[in-house]
Amino acid sequence: MSEVRVRGRAETGLKFHGETRALRVKMVLLGSSGVGKSSLALRFSKDEFKASAPTVGCAYLTQVVCLHDATLRFEIWDTAGQEKYHSVTPLYYRGAHAALVVYDITKRESFIRAQLWLKELEKQYIPGETEVVLVGNKMDLPDDREVSLQEGRSLAERGGLLFMETSAKSGEQMNELLLTIGSNPEHKIRIMQLLERNRV
Amino acid sequence: MGTKTLRPTIPCFLFGCADLCDRARVPFTTRASKKSLRSMKGLCLTLEPATVMEADVHKMSVPLENGSLAPVDRLRSERSDSPTPGLVEGTEPGAGQDSAMFVHAQSFEDLTAEGEQGQEQEEVQEEEEGESERAPEFGELGDSEETQEPEGKEEQEQEERENEKEEEDQSGSGRAKEEDVNSEAWRRHRKHVFVLSEAGKPIYSRYGTEEALSSTMGVMMALVSFVEAEKNIIRSIHADGYKVVFLRKSPLVLVGVSRCRQSERELTRELLYIYYQIISLLTLTQLNHIFQHKQNYDLRRLLAGSEHLTDNLLRLLDRDPGLLLSAVTCLPLASSSRDVISSSLQAAKAKSLVFSILLAGSRLVTLVRKKDQFLHHMDLHLLFNLVGSSSSFREGEGWTPICLPKFNMAGFFHAHISYLEPASELCLILVSTDREDFFNLSDCKRRFLERLRRRSSYQALQEAVQAPSYPVSQVGIPELRHFVYKSKSSGLYTSPEIPVPYKCEEEEERLMDLYQYLHSRMHHPTRPLRSIYHCAEKENLLAYVTSGFELYLCFSPLGTKALAVSAVNKLLKWIRKEEDRLFILNPQTY
Repeated sequence: MSEVRVRGRAETGLKFHGETRALRVKMVLLGSSGVGKSSLALRFSKDEFKASAPTVGCAYLTQVVCLHDATLRFEIWDTAGQEKYHSVTPLYYRGAHAALVVYDITKRESFIRAQLWLKELEKQYIPGETEVVLVGNKMDLPDDREVSLQEGRSLAERGGLLFMETSAKSGEQMNELLLTIGSNPEHKIRIMQLLERNRV
Repeated sequence: MGTKTLRPTIPCFLFGCADLCDRARVPFTTRASKKSLRSMKGLCLTLEPATVMEADVHKMSVPLENGSLAPVDRLRSERSDSPTPGLVEGTEPGAGQDSAMFVHAQSFEDLTAEGEQGQEQEEVQEEEEGESERAPEFGELGDSEETQEPEGKEEQEQEERENEKEEEDQSGSGRAKEEDVNSEAWRRHRKHVFVLSEAGKPIYSRYGTEEALSSTMGVMMALVSFVEAEKNIIRSIHADGYKVVFLRKSPLVLVGVSRCRQSERELTRELLYIYYQIISLLTLTQLNHIFQHKQNYDLRRLLAGSEHLTDNLLRLLDRDPGLLLSAVTCLPLASSSRDVISSSLQAAKAKSLVFSILLAGSRLVTLVRKKDQFLHHMDLHLLFNLVGSSSSFREGEGWTPICLPKFNMAGFFHAHISYLEPASELCLILVSTDREDFFNLSDCKRRFLERLRRRSSYQALQEAVQAPSYPVSQVGIPELRHFVYKSKSSGLYTSPEIPVPYKCEEEEERLMDLYQYLHSRMHHPTRPLRSIYHCAEKENLLAYVTSGFELYLCFSPLGTKALAVSAVNKLLKWIRKEEDRLFILNPQTY
């Protein structure tokens, strides 16, 4: 885990005097209501866990991450899972570098909805531009599991996506999730190339 | 209009000749205030002016000897130090300088509401127009009243309240959804609210699950349709101490069941709030579209995750005097600080920006609006409710579509909602017309904050937010426990912090209940009152309404009527003295 360090902005500034500007990574969290998108975003940005009320509309968070030799500025769009907001969500995943489609491993319905989200996403993204990660959240509740690890994995494989099970509550696998996005050998090169082009 | 001045009303006698003079538009001599003088000279002079002014009327033309180069509209206009109760609207303490921030007029939708419903809307809206205009024929009887609460009644109510409290404790925090709808506890709730579609499908219930109530809601819809078949409209049913109020707002039907003392009209108004809450999430256009295509659509699907907004709104309706009075309260703040904040907000504008609103909890700090665009207080309350019931804006910047139904039922605005600091109560709402404009507005916020941080006003603002509101003892009226004062022309109200006897939740609610009851009586559709003195079991209350303001006072049981009456003038004088701090006197536009 030494490769990924989640740090505050001030700290990263000190570490990378040479790097004046961070690379921008637009990341969007999608999935049905109550799967833990906001909790993942909060764990990601502040390394905290709080029970939260349903997101209204969309929340925008930023987080600076140091990855090897680069500073990445993650711009996270945490969308509301509620159906009434769906008409506006394409705004957020358009042009995203990474899209996390989240489901709740204790709710089969959310897994089915995740498949719909993936279909929706396929229409929007050009392969190679957006890194899609299927995330099964709430792995801290193994007793209530309704969707097996294998099911998730095979869905991801079929679509050629990355896959990860996490727990926003315990923080388990969160760093791995970042690593998955950032340092899967071949994906990483792609991301870095992508980011290089987007260097502001 | 003849009846207005000739009608012999008790308050006329009570409040003396100043009132009469003013009502008859006879100039009345007062001393100009030191404050107004200060603003004229820009210095702290303590001259005793010998000018004779017409009572409480703004002098919009600044006298030549002014000597100040400040633009005219930036000056606090000359106001009387001793406002009289018979003020004309627009000159009461707290009235804005030029134009108000809020719309008072009915929205287009209210004006075009069909038939009977439309009339009822008008009645609701007319509250703001002042009751004296609609003096009933039998006005000679005098429209002031004194009431004595029958003993025992309150005790009984108290008991019921306590019962309910216990139940709530049992059910724990959050939504008491899993309640058994056949239980006695469920029946005993003080106010039920149901929303259903015209097909009789449940959409929302305050208590209990909608599924369990589908047959009950079916019966409600049957009642509505049955009466409608006879070309009539069902408004309410009164039976066994309960009021059942129906509000038909196609494609929705709202039903309230209450055993409070609130009038049918007040309950209808509350239902209207719930209706607007639903519209604010979906727009009327979308709602109509859905039900045109599928009559038996289950709207709960679209409203999922927003039930807590409606729950919270209902709680606000029970507790917040602002929703009762159709007004908003301001954070007490020195006007110089407020002006700096307003101008910083004014400077951080964007093309698509319509309103910039800074809140401290549920209190307004300032509001800047586009020229010629007004915000309705109901819309503002919906925004308060949205911010107050969602934690999601705390973590990052929120960006959400929202319909402001009183502004436009058909379309969405897009609101950028964020707290100035993570742990702060200060929340900035930027309302835009462009759904792609997030980064622009985010930049507006950054600019505003940068500008503000350079000024000392930010410190003052943060201190004001931390400090408790003012205690009633500041007013210096013995036996006065609490009051609510609303300036009608500005749509703003002020109220001291809740005093000790009402600090606990149930007592606070009881006080609100009393205010609600008085409000109901004052704004009775056929027999409105101008004043009412009410002896409740644990306190004495006086309510007083003029064309300029609305005032509710709560005294200890030791307070007498004479004391209460004399308190009005004294309180008005105090509010006038403090109005710079308590109200927003010069609202800004971009």
